Amino acid sequence: MRTTALIIGAGHAGLAMSRCLAERSIDHLVVERGAIANSWKTERWDSLRLLTPNWQSRLPGLPMRATDVVDRDGFRSMPETVALIEHYARIIAAPVRTGVHVTRVHTYGGGYRAETDAGPITTRCVVLATGACARPNIPASAAGIPPGIRTLSTAAYRNPDQLEPGGVLVVGASASGIQIADELQRSGRPVTLAVGEHIRAPRTYRGRDVQWWLDGSGIQDERIEAQDDPERARGVPSLQLAGTPDGRMLDLNALTAIGVRLVGRLVGVRDGVAQFSGSLRNCAAMSDLKMNRLLDRLDAWAETNGFGEMLGPPERYPATHIERAPALQLDLGCGAIRTVIWATGYRPDHRCIDLPVFDRSGRIRHTGGIVDAPGLYLMGMPFMRRRKSTLIDGAGPDARELAAHLHALLDRQSRDRIRPARAAAPHSGFPTFPF
Amino acid sequence: MNAMNPVTADNGVNVAALLGAREALEQAPQAARFDWRASCQWVRGTHTRTQVGDFFGLGGEQQRKASFTFETDHPEVFAAEDQGATPVEMVLAGLGGCLVAGVASVAQMRGIQLRSVTARIEGSMDIRGILGMDGSVRNGFDDVRVTFDIDADASRADIEALVAQSQKRSAVFDILANPVNVSVQVR
Ligand SMILES: Cc1cc2nc3c(=O)[nH]c(=O)nc-3n(C[C@H](O)[C@H](O)[C@H](O)COP(=O)(O)OP(=O)(O)OC[C@H]3O[C@@H](n4cnc5c(N)ncnc54)[C@H](O)[C@@H]3O)c2cc1C
Repeated sequence: MRTTALIIGAGHAGLAMSRCLAERSIDHLVVERGAIANSWKTERWDSLRLLTPNWQSRLPGLPMRATDVVDRDGFRSMPETVALIEHYARIIAAPVRTGVHVTRVHTYGGGYRAETDAGPITTRCVVLATGACARPNIPASAAGIPPGIRTLSTAAYRNPDQLEPGGVLVVGASASGIQIADELQRSGRPVTLAVGEHIRAPRTYRGRDVQWWLDGSGIQDERIEAQDDPERARGVPSLQLAGTPDGRMLDLNALTAIGVRLVGRLVGVRDGVAQFSGSLRNCAAMSDLKMNRLLDRLDAWAETNGFGEMLGPPERYPATHIERAPALQLDLGCGAIRTVIWATGYRPDHRCIDLPVFDRSGRIRHTGGIVDAPGLYLMGMPFMRRRKSTLIDGAGPDARELAAHLHALLDRQSRDRIRPARAAAPHSGFPTFPF
Repeated sequence: MNAMNPVTADNGVNVAALLGAREALEQAPQAARFDWRASCQWVRGTHTRTQVGDFFGLGGEQQRKASFTFETDHPEVFAAEDQGATPVEMVLAGLGGCLVAGVASVAQMRGIQLRSVTARIEGSMDIRGILGMDGSVRNGFDDVRVTFDIDADASRADIEALVAQSQKRSAVFDILANPVNVSVQVR
C-alpha cells in the first residue's frame, strides 16, 4: 500500500491531523491498531469524566453539537467521550483503517515504510499520533513491592470492585491519583496517598470553571518557545482536577476530610517497607504558592479586561493541611495494604520507530512536533507547541500548523524532484500541490 | 515570572557561571558525577578531627587552595570534653548551609536583592535510641525544623517561594528527607 502521509493512531489527535491534511487535499491514511478512540475505550477507569468542560472539546471541522449547547459546562463520561471521537471521525470522513498495528517504521526510498500486521505501507510522511499517555510510568521502586500485594496502573484500574477489600496505597497525587484515591476511600478501602510535586487548582473560581479562566487568559495557548525552561514546562504534572458535575474542588484537603492519609513521595521500598519522603510539607507549600500566583494572575487578567463586574469576588483557599508528622514508612507486609495503584503518570510509546531520532533519555527529539527526520511529525505530546497540546482542545491548532509544515515540505520535495540540479526556485506565491 | 531586577540585584552569586555549567553538563553529563570526601581521625574520647580537601568532579580530581578542619565532640552532659560540635549539629550546619546558599542563589536568579537571611535549624531526637534502651525509637532526628528570617526587596509570597525552591533544589534537604544506601567497611 502507498500513501503520501501516514497517520498512526485514531485518537482525537490523529483525526484532527487527518482533517487538516484533507483541507489541503493531501492524500493520507490513518491506521489504528484497535478501534477509533481506543485509549478512551480500553485504558480509562469507569467513573472517569473529562476534566475539560464540554465546550472545550473543540476540534477542527467539528461543529458544536446540540447536546453541548445545552450542557456547555458539563463533563463527558467515558461512553460520551468515545461517542464524540467516533462522531468526529464520521463527520470529517477520516480515511481510517482500524485493526492495523504498526510494528516498525524505517526509511525507504526518499520517505518511509511502515511495517504493519496488514502488510507494509510506503509513505513520504509519517505523523505519530500514538498518544502521550500510551504507557504507565512506573517507578523503579515497584520492584520491591511484596508479591502478595496487587499492583495496578491507572490504565488497568477500572473501579473499586476490581480490588479486594482492605487498604490501598495510591502513589501520585495529580488528576488521576486524587480521583482514584477519592473513589477508593469512599468505597470503604482506607487510602494512603503518596504525594510528590503536584499542581493544586480550584474547579471553579469566582463562579467560573477554571478552564474558562485558563482558556480566556491565554494560559492554555502559551507557546513552548516562550517558556524559560521548556524541559521543565513539559514535565509539569496534570492539574489536580476532576470533572465533578457538582463543581466541588478535589484537592488534598478534600481528601483529608474524607479520611485519606497523606504521606510524602514514595522514594523506595526496603524489606517490604515503603519509604516516603519527608518533603511533603514543602511540596504542599509550593503547590499552594503556585496556585495563589496563578489566581493573582487570573485576577489581574479579569481586572484588565473589565470582567470584574460579571464575576464573583476574588477568593483564596485555606492552605493545604499536612498533619504534624506524616508517616515516613508503611509496612507492606502486615496486611494493612492490599493494593498499590500507580498514578505516577504516563509516557509515550514510540518503540516502533526505527530511526535515529531519540535523545539520551529515549524520547524523540523534536521542535514543536517537527522531528529532525524530514516528513516525520508528532502529535499530542506534552506542551508540544502550546500548553494545551495534549488536550483535545490543543490538537486543532497544532495539527493546522504541522499540516502547513508538511505541505510545504511536500512542495519543496516535488520541486527538487522536477529540477534536481538547481537551487530551490523562488516561491511563486501560489500554493503548489504535491502531486 | 519573578525576574524583577536580574541585573541590579547582587547577592554575590555568579548566576552566569551556574547557568553556563548547566549548559556544559547538558553536553557532557558524565562530568556531572561528583565524589565528596572527608577524612575523620579519632583524637581521644569522643573528640574527632575531620579534614576535607580534594574531591572528584567535572571529570577529574579537584584540589582546593586549602583544606578545612572540623572538630566534633559531645557536650559535658554526655560526660565528654566538649571540644567541638556534636556530629548531629554538624548535620544541622550542613542543612542550614545548603538551604541558605540555595535561597541566595534562587534570589539572584530571580533578581531579588537580599539584605539579610537567617535560618534557625533545630533537630529533635529521643536519645533512648542511641543508648539502645528502646528498639522502637530511632537513633536519629525524628523531626527537623528550619525557621527563616529574611529581609529582602520582595513580597512575602516571593520570599516563601524562594524558601520553597531552595528546599526543592537542596542536596542536604534531600539527604535528610529521603533514604540513601550507606555502606561501611573495615580495610
Ligand atoms: C486519564 C486521562 C484523562 C484525560 N482527560 C482529559 C480531559 O479531560 N480532557 C482532555 O482534553 N484531555 C484529557 N486527557 C489527555 C488526552 O486527551 C488523552 O490522553 C487522549 O487520549 C490523547 O489523544 P491522542 O489522540 O493523542 O492519543 P490516544 O487517544 O491515546 O490515541 C492514540 C491511538 O494510537 C493507537 N496506536 C498506538 N500505537 C499504535 C501502533 N503502533 N499502530 C497503530 N495504532 C497505534 C492507539 O490504539 C490509540 O487509539 C486525558 C488523558 C488521560 C490519560
